[in-house]
Amino acid sequence: MSAKHVVTSLALAGALSTALATLAAAAPLTKAEADAAVAAKKEKCFGVALKGQNDCAAGPGTTCQGTSTTDFQGNAWKFVQGGTCASIDLPNGKKGSLKPV
Amino acid sequence: MPPEPLSFAAAFAPALLDPLRAAPTVVTGPNGRTAGKRYDVYRNNVTVSLIDALAAIYPAVQRITGADFFRAMARFHVRENPPTSPLLFEYGRGFPDFVARYEHAQTMPWLADVARLERAWLDAYHARDAAPLAPAQLAAIGPERLADLVFTPHPAAQIVRSDFSAGTIFAANRDGASVNRIDASTPEDALITRPGFDVIVQHLPPGGAVFAICLTEGRPLGEAAASALDASSDFDIAANIAGLIGAGAFTSIAFGDA
Repeated sequence: MSAKHVVTSLALAGALSTALATLAAAAPLTKAEADAAVAAKKEKCFGVALKGQNDCAAGPGTTCQGTSTTDFQGNAWKFVQGGTCASIDLPNGKKGSLKPV
Repeated sequence: MPPEPLSFAAAFAPALLDPLRAAPTVVTGPNGRTAGKRYDVYRNNVTVSLIDALAAIYPAVQRITGADFFRAMARFHVRENPPTSPLLFEYGRGFPDFVARYEHAQTMPWLADVARLERAWLDAYHARDAAPLAPAQLAAIGPERLADLVFTPHPAAQIVRSDFSAGTIFAANRDGASVNRIDASTPEDALITRPGFDVIVQHLPPGGAVFAICLTEGRPLGEAAASALDASSDFDIAANIAGLIGAGAFTSIAFGDA
């Protein structure tokens, strides 16, 4: 498949041992400790929407989605962006501004 | 005699997403009169529910564009794309491609990739639970067999590539925090995983997306590393292996030709 590069077994073995050392340093918990932590979290968090996400983190249909808004008759659509888009730049010649065209 | 349920639905549904069509004749008010206003209640609820579904799935896109713009764009998508599943969280899978084509979003070429990240986030959230690959399993592999190692991807693991800074824009707009200026012109690849209960979205380093895609497609480790090096001479094999394993991108290993 690859034309330019061949990765030798030696290089892979070296990379893997470095990777495993990195992972070992990042995960000081023993398996038993990790399982206990996960089990505790599971009990605490099961069925609870994640914090810091939108109100409906599990997606629509999983909470009471209100249907009282009237949206159907809106024919006078607005194309003026009112969100954070104006703070996002595209310096290489492309337009990042969100004024209506 | 009440109509058969299926034929009733077939008569009732087609005009729901098309305001120019007349209310179906199976809908009648008292005294057998036509009931267009009553039917409009259903039209409204269907349309609003689906727009709200898109807003719940794509909150960052809505925050970026503002609610008015988002709801107008979503309404066009809804009218072209009736749901195919009764599960609302499955709705809108084609929305990112729609955003990419949407005339009034052309000044935001990164917006469709932000939507792809949000879709990947939700799919990772709903993916089947699975225990990630334990690093100890890799330690047991003899060095001469490493190149032939193949990995089974975790059900939640996904890679989203972007020509723009989609990951940074996504992260800045998923919560209510204020957004500082973002340079959208840096290409970013993102890895989405859910090793436990929280979805993790992180940037992939140079060559990392090619490496991760090769491995999730079942190509052996040696070939994946070579392809990643072809894609970027800065590719760091050790850092990428550690990153993917640490993020929980895989569940198990095997040997390709064994």
